[in-house]
Amino acid sequence: MEEKKYMNPYLAGVLLGLLLIATIYITGRGLGASGAVKSFTVGIMETVAPEHTSNQTFYKEYSGDHAGSPLMNWLVFEVVGVFIGAFLSGLISNRLNLKLEYGPRSKPKIRIVGALLGGLLFGFGAQLGRGCTSGSALSGMAVLSTGGLITMMAIFGGAYLFAYFFRKFWI
Amino acid sequence: MGPLVPDVVGNELNFIVALIIGIFFGVILEQAGFSTSKKLVGLFYGYDFTVLRVFFTAGIVAMIGVIALEHFGLLDINLTYINPTFLWSALIGGLIMGLGFVVGGFCPGTSICAAAIGKIDAMIFIAGSFIGVLIFAEGYPLFEGLYKAENWGNIRVFDSLGMQQTVFAFFLTAIALFAFWMISIIENKVNGIKKPAFRFTPYYVTLGAIGFILSLSAFVLTERKDSLQNLVSDKEFVNNYDLKTMSVDEFAYRIIKGDNKLQIIDFRPLEEYKKQSLPGSTAFTFDNLFEKEPSKILRIRHKTNVFVANNEYEERQFAIIANRLGFSNATILTGGLESFDKEILGFDKNSVATTKQESDTYRFRTKASSIIPVLIKENKSAGPVKKTQKRVVGGC
Repeated sequence: MEEKKYMNPYLAGVLLGLLLIATIYITGRGLGASGAVKSFTVGIMETVAPEHTSNQTFYKEYSGDHAGSPLMNWLVFEVVGVFIGAFLSGLISNRLNLKLEYGPRSKPKIRIVGALLGGLLFGFGAQLGRGCTSGSALSGMAVLSTGGLITMMAIFGGAYLFAYFFRKFWI
Repeated sequence: MGPLVPDVVGNELNFIVALIIGIFFGVILEQAGFSTSKKLVGLFYGYDFTVLRVFFTAGIVAMIGVIALEHFGLLDINLTYINPTFLWSALIGGLIMGLGFVVGGFCPGTSICAAAIGKIDAMIFIAGSFIGVLIFAEGYPLFEGLYKAENWGNIRVFDSLGMQQTVFAFFLTAIALFAFWMISIIENKVNGIKKPAFRFTPYYVTLGAIGFILSLSAFVLTERKDSLQNLVSDKEFVNNYDLKTMSVDEFAYRIIKGDNKLQIIDFRPLEEYKKQSLPGSTAFTFDNLFEKEPSKILRIRHKTNVFVANNEYEERQFAIIANRLGFSNATILTGGLESFDKEILGFDKNSVATTKQESDTYRFRTKASSIIPVLIKENKSAGPVKKTQKRVVGGC
């Protein structure tokens, strides 16, 4: 069966905007993603090495800000939802397919290393920048937060800045 | 008034809400094509600008939506999460994320979408992001200085730029529309498509019109505080506005009687309130009227809310704003506290009463002027209106 075409980007944008408004109206906070990775990391570390985490400032500050188990977190639930939603959407549009995607001039090995490193950089950067493209840039833009807009410009500006050096990965 | 958490939607229900919102989020991202790295990085090489279209449209719609909710008094922005601004960590963190974007081809949200439909590269990206968080966590003492430097607080961009919110919103919408036009031209050039980027088809005309209306809405949705303050700056309007009033004598009588239906809302500056205030009165400010929690006391049933300030004109201004905000039972004290001080507290016992009514008033005021000062001394007032709700913790 043929893969279905993607949604019109402007329509998708309007729907995403409306979802974000609803999220802010109901919960008082925006959407996010990287925060869930953080919660999982803290959760795993607290289980694997409880003695270690009780001494480190990062984990102490985290449990100071978030009461209860790190996995009983708004973003963890939201991200589980994202996974389910994307899976359902892929199912409906015939896009479920186990594969490694890479550019025409790239190789699987390069793609694997690139994905791992890119993930690492993004995970690290999102901690430093207090949020990723969803939590800081998009949600920050909705409430016109200065920091959110700075992060947004830095993410996209940075990507354009470095894009030339990694062109062989993609085109 | 929003946010609905935690009053209307409890904290447990909020997790279910999160799951449902997440499902919608996932469906939209996947349907938009964010589940493939080729489409995502197209933005940086000029062959596919889907990300910018979706992202910018969503940002503009949400921004105008939030402004509208605030304008119509449906959202207390003081309780809403505003991403805090830490200049250096925002900039450097953003640049690192930008690098991660072109190297890895995803961002965290999109990597989850792509992994859900079976993209192996996305699963590896997610694994990488765990390592990235772990490095930050373990090396936190090294990064803490940078992480916490230049804290500007929950500042909003129009304040940073010294602009009105609506003006900024208009410019941002205009920039977005212009960007949509430009990227279509670039995209066609890169992909070798000869067709003009925009044609006058019903589709593009409708799209342009919606964008134009959105940008104009920025001017209609002025900040509520500003427009109400504007409204009460017209002297004639304020003086002729029909408001419930209470005479100083009735007010004094109710205080002496200890009437628990009487709720005194004191709008004087806090310093004056602290020096001397009426028994049972609550200090209130202009801003409190717009806030979710403080304004609750104005909605208590069967209470007579008497707005007091030094003069009646100010009382009228506050009461009109309260009326406009939907607090219908605002009553003002005739003549303001000035008059109350003169006629009751400092009642001149040498004044001559001729009619029966005047002599009644004379007797009452003589009595009141000796009782109320004692009550003021003895009774503790409620103090500033309570505000326990805090801003929602959000972000990543």
